[in-house]
Amino acid sequence: MFLTGYGKAARKRRDRLATVVIASLAGFVLLVLASLMTYIFVQGVSAVSWEFLSEFPRHAMTEGGIFPAIVGTVYLAVGSMCISIPLGFGAAIYLAEYAKPGALVSAVRLGVANLAGVPSVVFGLFGLSLFVTTFGFGRSLLSGCLTLGLLTLPTVTAAAEEAIRQTPASFREAALALGASRWQAVRQVILPAALPGMLTGGILALGRAAGETAPISLTSATAYSPALPDSPFNEAMALTTHIYNLATNGSDIAATRPQQFGTSLVLVTLVLGLSLFALVIRARLRRSRRW
Amino acid sequence: MTGKKLPEWNNLDANDERDSVVLHPETNFRPENKETPGIVTDGVGSQLFNEREPGRKKPERAPLLERADGDPPDDREPLETVDLRPRLSPAEKGSRFFFLLCAVLAMGQMLLIMVFLFGEAVGLFLEQAGSPRVALGSFLFGTDWYPTYPEPAFGSFALVAGSLAVTFVSTLLAGPLGLGLAVFLSCLAGRRTREWVKPAVELLASIPSVVLGLVGMMVVAPFLQETLNLPTGLNLLNSSLILAVMATPTIASLGEDALSAVPRDIQDASYALGATRWETVWRVTMPAALGGLSTAVILGLGRSLGETVVVLMVAGGAAQIPGSLFDSVRPLTSTLAAEMGETAIGSSHYQALFALGVVLFFMTLAFNLLAWHLSRRWRTGR
Repeated sequence: MFLTGYGKAARKRRDRLATVVIASLAGFVLLVLASLMTYIFVQGVSAVSWEFLSEFPRHAMTEGGIFPAIVGTVYLAVGSMCISIPLGFGAAIYLAEYAKPGALVSAVRLGVANLAGVPSVVFGLFGLSLFVTTFGFGRSLLSGCLTLGLLTLPTVTAAAEEAIRQTPASFREAALALGASRWQAVRQVILPAALPGMLTGGILALGRAAGETAPISLTSATAYSPALPDSPFNEAMALTTHIYNLATNGSDIAATRPQQFGTSLVLVTLVLGLSLFALVIRARLRRSRRW
Repeated sequence: MTGKKLPEWNNLDANDERDSVVLHPETNFRPENKETPGIVTDGVGSQLFNEREPGRKKPERAPLLERADGDPPDDREPLETVDLRPRLSPAEKGSRFFFLLCAVLAMGQMLLIMVFLFGEAVGLFLEQAGSPRVALGSFLFGTDWYPTYPEPAFGSFALVAGSLAVTFVSTLLAGPLGLGLAVFLSCLAGRRTREWVKPAVELLASIPSVVLGLVGMMVVAPFLQETLNLPTGLNLLNSSLILAVMATPTIASLGEDALSAVPRDIQDASYALGATRWETVWRVTMPAALGGLSTAVILGLGRSLGETVVVLMVAGGAAQIPGSLFDSVRPLTSTLAAEMGETAIGSSHYQALFALGVVLFFMTLAFNLLAWHLSRRWRTGR
């Protein structure tokens, strides 16, 4: 029999079979992912040109470019980082440097771990209820940035805490032994050592914020705007919602297909570029680290 | 007869746990400089600047002022109270307060989300003028979701079933594929392959979901429609396939972390006993990493459950309990995203959508807590 028996030959056969099965599973996954990327690239690349990147949409979105959507996505992603990086880094410093084990720290950590799994559409509902309605910001860039900022906060916090914990304890002890106060040790010794790692987490979160659809469509996005937003209280277009709108709601979905794939390619390039940047920094950091 | 009186200030030792001491006029002398009570030249004062652990219980200690049995009660007015806590600079206090605030905010967000979701949803179940009151039972177990009819029905069961169906089918696909890739990366591939493939897989986990949804509409849907001869390719199977593509990199990356954390020596021990590689992987490495592996699958599952725009684009959107893989479904997330734009704020429909948000929130919370529990229970030892 092929799969039974405990003779040496049977066990060797099983080993080989399992190796083949696992390697082909992995190969299949990688093949799917690679062909997906190729498809997105091939479909999108013919639509992307300088005009596509720098002009406003025309003729019910069938012509022209996606400039306002690019600008909107950049505003939203950068704006959300202005919220989540200070708060996330602060929370991470507290958890890693100040907090003593206890009920508060367990609660914070459980909260952060759970928030990371809360669906983005639920954050969208929260933003709609708190920022759009209760605070009266309306559907605006500001509401979108705040919502995305809270959405990425757990990711930023967890990555930053991890980065701080990876600085050796001897750094901290040496600073304190020289008479530094806690804050002096954090500011002058620990943060300079941990900052590249913390920022890597921030860049990954930036990519995630740029790729979100549902929270933006609930709190800030508009299908079309004739001008760039000139205040935080304006609605704005975004790449993700632009793709969604073109693919599902347009008057002529087939006619806007090149636009859809072109926008997808721009979005994927932006998000993967940011992630790649973060990964490269992380890899360099690991190699150059001397402790 | 008077008791033996000890000058209290002089008698402080390095282990003194009190926040302040009371000075009495006759028995105690005052430190020279009130502003810095810790600096006295008797050799112990500087120790008082040690940071205390705020949470620690103060040990019982005998009173410093020892009194004999027959002494009259000491009812003299205290001269002054001296604060012995370490003096922190404003920057020190400010920074500590700011970091604490951030941490509390990071946690308090969870409560805020609950409060606001509940706050918006609760109106649906309360008596109010103009709109019908919906019973909790008919919301949770009703299968009719007709929010815009003249006599609306808000039954969420079909939507929950839709969510669970896409999550279940996609995990059925993504679980074996993701774990297979994890085993490949961790146990089979060489170091070079792993160094290239793992970052690539992590990179692919960050493809925006709306792009995958587009691929589902443009490629998978026509393919399913033609090969299986269906009326439409937008169905449970299509959305599960796309969600599986999303969840597989997540599961593979987390699973690889878990497998790599298994101590090298127990695997070497297995090889030393003559086990083949597969026997070592299946009987030693994978059981040792079980907690991490199950956490990886559950987090991938949570990602499928919460994904919105993919199911909005390719699941079809019919609010029904699916009977086959080729039925159109309407998960909770896509209902929220599709209908929220069309409702008036404060209407029954708006409240019902927030109630769906509460249901979704608790479903993901349950998965998260399960993952948290599993990863702690079977933490892979080093």
